[in-house]
Amino acid sequence: MRKFALSKQTMNIARTQSSLISGSFLILLAILVFMLFGFGVEGEATFRLSRPSDPYALPNLVLPAESFIGIASLTIAFFGARLIVKAPKEYSVIFAISFFLAIATFLVWATAGKSFSLTGMLQATVVRAVPIALAAMAGIMCERVAVINIGIEGMMLAGAFAGAFFGSIFGSVLGLLIAIAVGGIFGLMLALLVVTFRVDQIIAGVAINILVLGLTSFFTSHLLKKNPHLNDTAVFKSIQIPILADLPIIGPMLFRHNIFVYLAILIVFSTTFYLFKTAYGLRARAVGEHPKAAETLGISVIKTRFINVIIGGMIAGFGGAWFTLGSVGRFDEGMTGGRGFIGLAAMIFGRWHPVGALLAALVFGFADSLQQKLAILRTPIPSEFLAMAPYIVTIIVVAGIVGSARPPQAIGKAYIKEN
Amino acid sequence: MKNSIKIKQAFSVDRTTFQDIFFIPILAISLAISLGLLLLLLTGESYQTALTALIALFVGSFGSVSALSETLTAATPLIFAALGIAIGFRAGLFNIGAEGQIIVGGLAAVIIGFSVELPLMLHLTLMLSVGAAFGAGYAFISGWLKAFTGAHEVITTIMLNLIAFRLLDFFLRLPFIQKEGRNDPISKSVLDTAELPRLLVLIDPNLRIHAGFLLAILAVILVYWIIFHTTIGFEFRMVGTNLNAAKYAGVNSSLTIVLAMSAAGLCAGLAGASQISGVLGRATSGFSAGIGFDAIAVALLGRAHPIGVLFSGILFGALVAGGREMQVSAGVSLDLITVIQALIIIFVAAPILVKSIFPWFFGKK
Repeated sequence: MRKFALSKQTMNIARTQSSLISGSFLILLAILVFMLFGFGVEGEATFRLSRPSDPYALPNLVLPAESFIGIASLTIAFFGARLIVKAPKEYSVIFAISFFLAIATFLVWATAGKSFSLTGMLQATVVRAVPIALAAMAGIMCERVAVINIGIEGMMLAGAFAGAFFGSIFGSVLGLLIAIAVGGIFGLMLALLVVTFRVDQIIAGVAINILVLGLTSFFTSHLLKKNPHLNDTAVFKSIQIPILADLPIIGPMLFRHNIFVYLAILIVFSTTFYLFKTAYGLRARAVGEHPKAAETLGISVIKTRFINVIIGGMIAGFGGAWFTLGSVGRFDEGMTGGRGFIGLAAMIFGRWHPVGALLAALVFGFADSLQQKLAILRTPIPSEFLAMAPYIVTIIVVAGIVGSARPPQAIGKAYIKEN
Repeated sequence: MKNSIKIKQAFSVDRTTFQDIFFIPILAISLAISLGLLLLLLTGESYQTALTALIALFVGSFGSVSALSETLTAATPLIFAALGIAIGFRAGLFNIGAEGQIIVGGLAAVIIGFSVELPLMLHLTLMLSVGAAFGAGYAFISGWLKAFTGAHEVITTIMLNLIAFRLLDFFLRLPFIQKEGRNDPISKSVLDTAELPRLLVLIDPNLRIHAGFLLAILAVILVYWIIFHTTIGFEFRMVGTNLNAAKYAGVNSSLTIVLAMSAAGLCAGLAGASQISGVLGRATSGFSAGIGFDAIAVALLGRAHPIGVLFSGILFGALVAGGREMQVSAGVSLDLITVIQALIIIFVAAPILVKSIFPWFFGKK
């Protein structure tokens, strides 16, 4: 009993300390936002919400730049002060709002005196979030059974390559299926290495990344460069969902996409259902938390890990295929550009929950599309720095300023079955 | 009777460690090279090409004085960076950020190299130490984040790599750094006083092996001494073996983590600086050339031991030099070497796998 009270007290102290750090961080952010964007801004920022051709057109959103930036930075500072004083539970919400405000301020600053298509950007956000969300789902499938999968980046790259190569030969549908299978094969390889041969999970993942990078680059220079027709696949066309696609803002955001976006959303919800509503999901989570207890209850730890890691690999392969079959239709070396790792950060941000990870992926997708769309606005910021945005956000997220999240208990440990 | 069992046990332990240290790497390398050649055949190349590639791999790495010089030149930055990664491993840290640290260190070094005018030794020393310091500073970020926020160093170092690539592109286009009259990202050349002297100019001025290799050997000795004969090295190993035990023993684990990570970055920064100073003479967009990633394999193969790193660094240097020869004489892309390296990592990290493939090399349990 006393032990319990003590631990609760230490927890409180830890929480006060971390809330002090995160509170100060927010106040710093507010000052930074104000210093960077608050000076010398004039005029109004015009955000276009619809195209004139849309059936239900919305009027433009016009914000006075100067006062918006002032109010936003004050609000962030207020949140920071509140965190320091009271240490409330809803860290993530406060942080999400603060970051949202900081980014909104940035957008208003960049758009001041010009006009910018907000809907176009939101649409790009959803598209860009797809590979990140899928990487996060792959990560969740593996980490819920206590297997760290750093190799997602490589699995996605393999999926991207397979999609382009086999899509060029057999057509995009079969190409997609093969990409998923290839992802699954690398999932099997990871499972073999870490479950059967008990290789350090991070080393195995890194090795898979290097292996796939080498393999895809090798095949690119030995096969694709000599035969360009093998690297020219049809991409999946976007499917407009009747009626819903005509809705303002939401229509272009969610219902005018290709099959990848719809399937990704389906995967997120089926992963949630699988993990939290089915017996198999419960077993998987038990294996991740306490493999020995799970084994005692008659669950095969090894089998469960194999199945989940292979499914994770398949999801990663599907996410990789997005880069080629769902986007540009051709493979380039290293084209996944760290999305697999960003997906892992999204998983942590989303606290190992599929829906949370999806929301986090949207944040990253936003940062990703930001750099793409801001080029149009001709901001004085060099494009290289805009390209860093998703990576910097990732570091901030995993730095746990958003509050510490708990990974599955047995994470990273090999399981040795006792006889 | 009892004694003989004891001796037998001691002997068998020695025998297995001997097998682990020598057989597994050798088998892993042969297995990896064989699979690489198999891959070559799979893409429709002839047996002739595969054979030429295999021969080129050996001739280009150890076949002549110039081949040997190329091997050691390629090994130099690998040894530096892998020493850093080995220090990280000892402290339980997995530093994937060597690539970014090489870039930042090399970039800082190149700026000192062309902008400062100093006498020979001073200029060289300044350039190398600034490169090392910037590499250390860049790694410090990950170390600090790990120690004080718990952010996993694998993810932060990877992100810092990606950021470093963008930073490099940005800096190489600044008018202060970019070579006059060029539009592509390329820096000015370093002054003669900042170049590491070549070692074998007496035999042939074209032999590229430079004094950096001697520095790398010095670094091996120094790191060996630090890891195994100093308090801080002991603390690195304690934190790496059992973090909680180290904390109870009074080790300041946060400080140790930050120090280990910074030391790792220092080595990687030196790798970048020596590469700029001894081989390239200037920085270009891809000057790091994956050295930081290859170094991970080098550190793993060398079992995070400085002496092991020295030998595995030379071996990987040989793979790079031989790979270039392979590219020239057999038309095989250098990416095959990346595949072989990844396979080596997998086989070295999975001794059980190697033992089950070649059971007859290992005594029964």
